[in-house]
Parts: sequence; C-alpha cells; structure tokens
Amino acid sequence: MADSTATLDAWAEQEYKWGFVTDIEADSAPPGLSEDIIRFISAKKDEPEWLLEWRLRAYRHWLTMSPPHWQFLPRGYGPIDYQSIIYYSAPKQKGDGPKSLAEVDPKLLETYEKLGIPLEEQMMLAGVAVDAVFDSVSVATTFKETLAEKGVIFCSFSEAVKEHPELVQKYLGTVVPYSDNYFATLNSAVFTDGSFVFVPKGVECPMELSTYFRINAMNTGQFERTLIVAEEGASVSYLEGCTAPMRDENQLHAAVVELIALDDAKIKYSTIQNWYPGDKDGTGGIYNFVTKRGKCIGKRSHISWTQVETGSAITWKYPSCILQGDDSIGEFYSVAMTNNRQQADTGTKMIHIGKNTRSYIVSKGISAGFAHNAYRGLVQVNRSAENARNYTQCDSLLMGDQCGAHTFPYIDVRNPTAHVEHEATTSKIGEDQIFYCTQRGITEENAVSMIVNGFCKEVLKELPMEFAVEADKLLSISLEGSVG
Amino acid sequence: MTAMLEIRNLHVSVEGQEILRGLDLTIKPGEVHSIMGPNGSGKSTLAQVLAGRDSYDITDGSVVFRGKDLLDMDPDERACEGVFLAFQYPVEIPGVKTTQFLKAAVNAIRAHHGEDELDAADLMGHFREKMKLVHIEPDLLRRSVNEGFSGGEKKRAEIFQMAVLDPALCILDETDSGLDIDALKIVADGVNSMRSPDRGFLVITHYQRLLNYIVPDFVHVLVDGRIVQSGGKELALQLEEKGYGWINAPVGAGA
Amino acid sequence: MISTTDQRTMTILDLPGATPDDVAFPPWLATMRRAAATRFAELGLPARNDEEWRHTSLRSLQSTPLVPAGGTASSLDAGVVNAAALPGLTGPRLVFVDGVLSADLSSLDALPAGLTVLPLSEAAARHETLVREHFGVLADGAREAFTSLNTACLGEGTFVHVARGVDITEPILVLAIATGRAATATHPRLLLIAEESSRASVVEDYVSLGHVPHLTNIVTEIFVGANAHVQHAMAVRETDEAFNISTLKVRQERDSYFASHSALFGGALVRNQVNPVLVGTGGHSLLNGLYLPRGRQHHDSHMRVEHQAPNCESRQYYAGILQDHAHGVFSGRIVVSQIAQKTDAIQQNRNLLLSKDAQANTKPQLEIYADDVRCTHGATIGELDEEALFYLRSRCLSEEAARGLLVYAFAREGLERIELAPLRDALTNLLVEQLPYRGLLDSFVGDEAG
Repeated sequence: MADSTATLDAWAEQEYKWGFVTDIEADSAPPGLSEDIIRFISAKKDEPEWLLEWRLRAYRHWLTMSPPHWQFLPRGYGPIDYQSIIYYSAPKQKGDGPKSLAEVDPKLLETYEKLGIPLEEQMMLAGVAVDAVFDSVSVATTFKETLAEKGVIFCSFSEAVKEHPELVQKYLGTVVPYSDNYFATLNSAVFTDGSFVFVPKGVECPMELSTYFRINAMNTGQFERTLIVAEEGASVSYLEGCTAPMRDENQLHAAVVELIALDDAKIKYSTIQNWYPGDKDGTGGIYNFVTKRGKCIGKRSHISWTQVETGSAITWKYPSCILQGDDSIGEFYSVAMTNNRQQADTGTKMIHIGKNTRSYIVSKGISAGFAHNAYRGLVQVNRSAENARNYTQCDSLLMGDQCGAHTFPYIDVRNPTAHVEHEATTSKIGEDQIFYCTQRGITEENAVSMIVNGFCKEVLKELPMEFAVEADKLLSISLEGSVG
Repeated sequence: MTAMLEIRNLHVSVEGQEILRGLDLTIKPGEVHSIMGPNGSGKSTLAQVLAGRDSYDITDGSVVFRGKDLLDMDPDERACEGVFLAFQYPVEIPGVKTTQFLKAAVNAIRAHHGEDELDAADLMGHFREKMKLVHIEPDLLRRSVNEGFSGGEKKRAEIFQMAVLDPALCILDETDSGLDIDALKIVADGVNSMRSPDRGFLVITHYQRLLNYIVPDFVHVLVDGRIVQSGGKELALQLEEKGYGWINAPVGAGA
Repeated sequence: MISTTDQRTMTILDLPGATPDDVAFPPWLATMRRAAATRFAELGLPARNDEEWRHTSLRSLQSTPLVPAGGTASSLDAGVVNAAALPGLTGPRLVFVDGVLSADLSSLDALPAGLTVLPLSEAAARHETLVREHFGVLADGAREAFTSLNTACLGEGTFVHVARGVDITEPILVLAIATGRAATATHPRLLLIAEESSRASVVEDYVSLGHVPHLTNIVTEIFVGANAHVQHAMAVRETDEAFNISTLKVRQERDSYFASHSALFGGALVRNQVNPVLVGTGGHSLLNGLYLPRGRQHHDSHMRVEHQAPNCESRQYYAGILQDHAHGVFSGRIVVSQIAQKTDAIQQNRNLLLSKDAQANTKPQLEIYADDVRCTHGATIGELDEEALFYLRSRCLSEEAARGLLVYAFAREGLERIELAPLRDALTNLLVEQLPYRGLLDSFVGDEAG
C-alpha cells in the first residue's frame, strides 16, 4: 500500500540522534601501527612486561594474517588503511586523573548526560553501575564501593591490570586467544581499555553492570577489551551500549569480549549497539568487527547473549558459547535492524562439548531501504557431547523491495544422541496486518512500530528491564514522526 | 431521521475487473441491514472498500458517512470516526498482546475525539465488562492478537473488539462462516446486545442461518456487483428456500 | 574393447588430454571440448577452502589412478544387465557400459510419436541447430571444474526431445554400468528438451558391478518448456570404491513443473548437485532426495534453487540416514531475486544418525532480495525418537523391529513423493536392502506393496 511504503521510506530516512561531537582536547598517539605504537600504548598505561609481550606476540602474528573474505556483504567494503588509524586517543587530563566523579571533566559528564547516561550516582537508574569509556579510556566507573562490599570487582580494564594483575593474567586470552582471527588479533595488539568484571564464588551481583562506549575523536579506532569472570555459583548481568558522532569516514571498532563461567555460574551479557550507521547514501559509519565469546567451563554454567543491533555501517559479529561443562547452557537472542545501506552479517556459534549441553538461538533480522541483513550461525555437536540439544529459530522481516535478508546456518553433528533443530522464515511486513490495525483506529506509523516490536518480542523480553525500555524506544524512535 | 451511511452509484474494480457496478445503499441509525449474495457477488469487496482497503480502484460513486466523505479518509480515520469492520479472516499479529493492541486503538479513538487517554486500570475494567458479552476468557487478552486462536475464538474476539471500541457503524463480514451453532449464538447475542437507536449494522452473510439470530430490518440481495432486490427479513427466508437462482439478474449483468 | 596394453593410468587432472575423441562430433562440439579442457586446467579441482566444498575433500579422488573411457563397448551379458537394471521400468532405454554406448543392450524401438531419443552424436548431426542452442548453455562450466571436465572428456551421451503437447507416460531409462574391469573415468551427459505443454520423465541409473575404483562425472541439462511437466530421477548404486559427481542444471519456463528425485544408495564419495532456475512465472520445482551412506561412505548433496520470476513455488525435501562411519552433507540454498515476488519456497533437511561414528553437516540457506515472499527452511539432526520406539515396543514389537520400522518410515516419506509407481516400488525395495534390521521389514513392505 502506498501509505505504508511512505511510512517505511520515512523510517529508512530517519536521522541519527547521537551524532554530535564533544569538543575536548585529546591526548593521542600519531596515526599508524608499529611495534613502537604498541609500546607507546603499553607505556601510557604503565603495563607490566608480560602484557606488552603478549601484545607484541599478537602484533607479529597479525602481520602474517590476511583479512577474512567469507562474509556475505553484497556491497563489500572499502579497504581499511591500518596505517591511517589513530590507535590511542584519550581526553586530556591533569595530573593523575580523576579520583572521583567530582574531578571528571564536566564536558565528559555532559556528553554522557546528553546520551541519556547520567554518571552521577544519585541521578542514575537505581541498581545500575556504569563504566563510561570515551575513545580509548575509561573515564568513570560508578558504584564501585557498593560492589566492592560484595567482593565484586567492576572497573576499567587498565585499572584491573594495575590492581588485579593475577586475575587478568589468569584469564586474558583463554577464551579468545590472541591468534584467533584477524580483528581479534589486531585488538590483542592494540586494545586500549574496556571493562573488567569479577564476581567471586557464590556471589549474586547486586546490580546490573553496564559499560557505555563512545567514540568521539576523528580517525580513531576503538579497540576495547572486556573480560568477565563468574566464579562457582556466581551470577551477573552486564550491558553495553555504544554511540559515535556522524563522520564521513568509516571508523573501525574491533572489540573483544571474553566471558568465563565456572560451575553453576551465570552470565547474562546484553548489547544495545547503536554506532553511527552512516548516512542514507552509505557514506561514513562504523565498521563494527567484534569477537565475542563465552566459555561455559563449569558444570551447569549458563551464558546468555542478547543483542539489539541497530547501528554501524557494517556489523560482523558472532557472540558464541563454548559449552564445555556438562549440563551447561548457551543462549543467543538477537534483533538486527538494518536500513539505508547498512550491511550486517551476524549470528552465533554454539560449540557443544560437554554432556547434556543445551543451546537456544532466536534471531530476528529486519531489513529496510537498501540494507542487507544476514544471519550466519554454527551449531556444532562434538563426539563427546552426549544428549546435546539445540533449537534455532531465525526469522527475517523485509520492509521494501530493495533490501535483502539472508540466512546461512551451519549445523555439524558428530554424536547420534544430539537433537538439533533449525527453523527459519522470511516474510514481509504484512499489508493485512497494517490494515487490520488501522481499521481499529491505530495510525499506520504506530501499526508498523507495533508489528516490528511484536516481531522482536521474544528477544526484547530477554533484556534487563531497565534497558528493555531503551531498546523499545530505539526501535520505535526510528518510526516516529514519519507519516505526514 | 437522516442517514448515517449513504452509498451512491458505487463502482469498484480490481486490476481492471469491475466488482461493484453501481451500488446504492442507505443505512439510518438504529437499523440492521443484511447483504446476501452468492460467492463472488462483491459482498466482501463492499466491506473492504467501506473500511478503506486501498487495493481497490473506486471508479465512480460516493460514500457519505455522518455527513463526511468516507472515501476521502484513511482507514484509521474512518475507524476513529466510528466505522468498524469485523473481518472475515481476522489477522494474526505475533508478539502484540491483545490488551496492548486494544489499548492503542481505544486511546487513538479517544484522542481523535479530544478525550484523555484511559489508564491501564480503567481499560481493564472496560475490557472485563465487554468480555462477558461474548464469553471471552481473560487468558485470551494476554495472548498475541488472534495468534493461535481457534476459528470460533477469532470471531468472538472480533465482536469483543467491536464492543470495546463502541463504533457507530458495525460491518460484519461473514462473521458466521465456519461457526458451529453454539458459537454462532454467542456471536449473535454479542451483536444483539449492542443494538441501539444510534448504531447501524451492515451484516454480510452467505447463509440465511445467521439472520435467525440477528434479525435484520432490511435484506438486500447482491448479484454481480449490484443490489438486485431489497426487502424485509422474509426475503432471507425465500432465498434460503429457493436459492439465488430465482432472482433474475438484471439485463446486461452477465449471469 | 580397450585392450589392456592401451591403458595408461593417470590422475583426474590428466584426463582431458588423454580421453580419446572417438565419437564423431561436429567441429563446433570439438571446439567446445577443447575450450573446456583449457578451462578445467585453469580451475583445477576445488579445495576445502572453497565454501561449497568445505565438508568434502577430493584428495582421495585426486590420488586415484584412472583410465579414460572410450573405444568400443565392453561386452556384457544381457542377463547381467537386466539383473542390474531397476525392475519394472519397461520404456525406452540406453545402456552405457564403462562409458560407451552399447547399441545391442539399448532399446529405442517403436518410440511414441513426438518423442526423440538419440545418442548425442547422432542428434548433433541430425538436429544441429537444436542441439547447438541448448548444449552447454546451462552447464557452461565457467566456474565448475567437474562440468568443464565432463565437456572436455565428452564421449557419447543421450539426447531426448519431447515435442510440443506430447505426453510421454513411460520413463526413459539411461543405465550406466561400471563393469569393474578397469578404473574407468566416465562422463555421462544428458540433454533433455521438453517443449511447451509436453510431459516426460527420465531415470538415470548408475550401477557398478566390481570393486574397482572408478569415477562417474555426470552432467545433465534439462529445458522445461512453458506448461511442461518433467520428472527426473537419479539412482546412484555404486560400490564402496566409486566416485560419483553429478551436476543437474534445469531451466524452467512459465507454469512448468519439474521434479528431481535423487536416491543415493552407494558410492565412496557421492556429490549430487541440483540447480533449477525458475525463469518464468508460475513455475513449480520439487527437489526430493534420500542419502544412505554406510561404512565410510561420504554423500554430499548441494541444492541451489534460483527464483528469477514471480509467483513460483519450490520445495526441497532431503533426508539422510547415516550408519557406521558414514558422513552426510547437505547444503541447500534458495536464491530469490528482486523481481521474484510472491515466491513460496520451502526447504527441509532431516538427518537420522544411527551410529556414534556417523557425522552430519547441514547448511540450509536463504538468500532473498524480494520483499513479498514466503520462504521457510528447517533442518533436524537426531537419532530415533525414544517415545516412538517405546510406543512400538509396548505394542509387542521387538526393539530391532521397532527401530527398523521407524528408520524405514523415515526414509519412505521421501520415496512417496515419486509419482512414477514402478520407480517408487523399485527404489523402495532397494531401500529395504540398505537398511539395518531389513529382515524384519519384509512384512511391512509387503503390506504396503499389496
């Protein structure tokens, strides 16, 4: 119908509302990548020798690798000039840096407030601790003391290296080795900051933990690294959000996230990814090439990934679970929304190693404009994984006739006791559905928003309550004010 | 009393094929009109066109609803103005709860009339009252719109929505098709309870059976896109007895 | 007959240069043959880093010494041939022995009016324009090494033409027998043209008699005219030493119906590639397959259905039963182009793992560029349903009988989609021979046949 097409067109032409730039003086490395730059980053962070060595090993390995080419990106992407990227950029600070929020540059506080993430504890959502990462460094972490009372460590990665080196050394690279893949290896060489979470044995983390990533400086890449460890019987829910200014060049974001769950531990990791997607002609935007992996080492451990992906010019990411402990559970819930000329190739890997391991995958892809949205997933059942179970559901919704929705599941099974099921559908947003809603008095714009949210419901309900509202807004904000 | 709905010389076609060929119909407040006709006569087209479905080309004629040009309005505007269509095939909307859906609809209509939004508590009270009309279980409201409903549940849910939205003109498009006699009685009771001096009904059906329970004031026979005969409720009985064959299609109508 | 002294052993890569061109093809075909040899040399064999070959290694094929097919047909007793052929198929038949057409064993007499069945060389001479307009059009081998190899080593093939409006009820049988006298590499080729509103079916049956390695590299091109109805079936019944690579390319005009049935019952390495392209509106495509690898066999089915016109339907149903150390691979892709609105496509792959050493890989894929479509796909891998087993045992069946019956039922579902009754029955009997607990199945199968 003509009107609903107009709605969808308007939706596709929505503006990015987080595209402002903070005018702040930065302390940056010169552009380019070399052993010297890595030494520079390591020195800036006052790192121990072993970490520098680890970075250099990664860098030397990276030099032997070539970029991957198997992704389904019908429009391809421009070559990345790794020598023109700035690998370290931090807002300038005086002396040793802020001891408390009161000392944080007000411009930074203002930036986060503008993004809807007030950092003053009394203003925050109750029960959510935030680590704010601005370009290459963490600028503030809230509620540290409250968490420390329970023995929970939540701090920037740099701080963890200084304060808890034994924990970092024990777990870093155990899930995503430095040689893992092109972008993870690059990250291992040049990562600058990120979050560190450690929840000790038997502790249920008393609040939601959250990291808010912001790319601000021009020509920088963001290479953060997050490490979350939940000891025996511990549990934690963690959420990350991300935005970037509107710029005409493509900026690279190559993060690594490692999760480790010991016996009976539970980690819930949620992402609301809203990097700048580029303009409607496909100029600019973030290349979001991220490696996220969790290892269920312990028996009955449980890792759950939830992602709402609306931003980035290109997204490739496959948050994965290695189900090593017997009776461990891996889950992946994803909404990927692409419009204009965005391209996404995203999904998950579930590697079943332990007995009675279970995995559950729900993926919802929405394409509009000229976008391409691909689900790529691997379910692998090893010979040792007696009674493994997987269920995968993968639905695509197309809005418009210039976009594409693709599904590439891989299922590899080597154990006869496995039960693996994959179901997928692709459909368009139904004219019948829109007409039915409008016949009940609901405007077309609200009808589309309602149908899209309904389509994503199974995933959105997995988000922590505090953020479900934000995700809901993010999906429907795009539909606001689009019908004349 | 002035007419609520006035259809004059309505011509409608789909992909170049004319379905309605000069249809005239007037409904006054308080009246129940029934349209009967064989398959393919254009009954459902009429319902869809009145509700504003845009896959039809209106080539000629006019429809005036309460003094306003109905054909000039978008579907949601028509709904806000008081036109309700009970769908022949109610649409499933996965993931959208019935309560959430009706809340959006009720408040859209209220906003259209400059009224304040109802809060959740008021709405639930309103829903509960109407649920009794058509024997709807509260559980149904928590489910996604029409998803996984049985045929009977879908039709009852349509009447329930109609009661909740309180429209001026109720169009029932073959609401009786596929219902067993018990379900049919429930649906008819729901409709009858809504009859009032200021509400009009257009009941489209293929079978006379429904009209034993929803007794119409007028019966019209639609053949080949035109009303070829009109009468009182006894006309329905004649049709039941003799079929559509005895009505001579007007000259030039093709059949 | 090829004398043993003539035989040179060589690897697959040497075949194009060594295969005799003893079939009298016209010059344009000889030119194509040479171009294909060049292309094959450029392409080489696909390696594991090629996404389409990720689960299937050709290393063992590459190291197997082979003998090119050619010369005169090996003699084979008619009784042996008849015993090897699928029972119940009585239509026209062409018999190839080690890649060479045997006129004696073939029967092309009394063909119904409107049906032409000829050796490819004869068709190329007598119907040059027709053959030239179709041969190598779908299977151009530009990117596929095995298709290039087939053209490069082209020997005698089969040509079938069904005239407009002609309805042929009996299936045409192409029987290719590998005698096992030598490690022969054969390159069967079939070209079928079904004109508008015609109806035909063809069965390709590949059988090996001896336990000697051999390569069967098949290319089949089928043109299904507007409103035509074509069924194609392929049975691979080769031994544990055989390599069987097949490529089926189909072009479907408007309102046409095409069905492909693949029964992979044997062969060390079987690769079955089916690629219908729906170019006219209202077409329907059915790809139906069953793979039953045993021992260390490796069966790989690659489906690619291309919707290039609106309002078409496609259905893919593949089922695998994996025993012993067998490896089953399925890859299916539905490609819906931008203009192919109102496409209705379904893809199903089911796998039954009967052994702890068996392995299944499946990759059901959707690639969709049109917005008003209904595409669903699904895949399952698992063992027999414990509930169903228990239920049957509670009805007095022994565990073995219950397992046998459930496996049979799983496989039978695919065979039931075959419209040609004699073919369906013949394959059902073959199926039973392949299944575990077969001795216990006779009563059930008997009931169904009766």
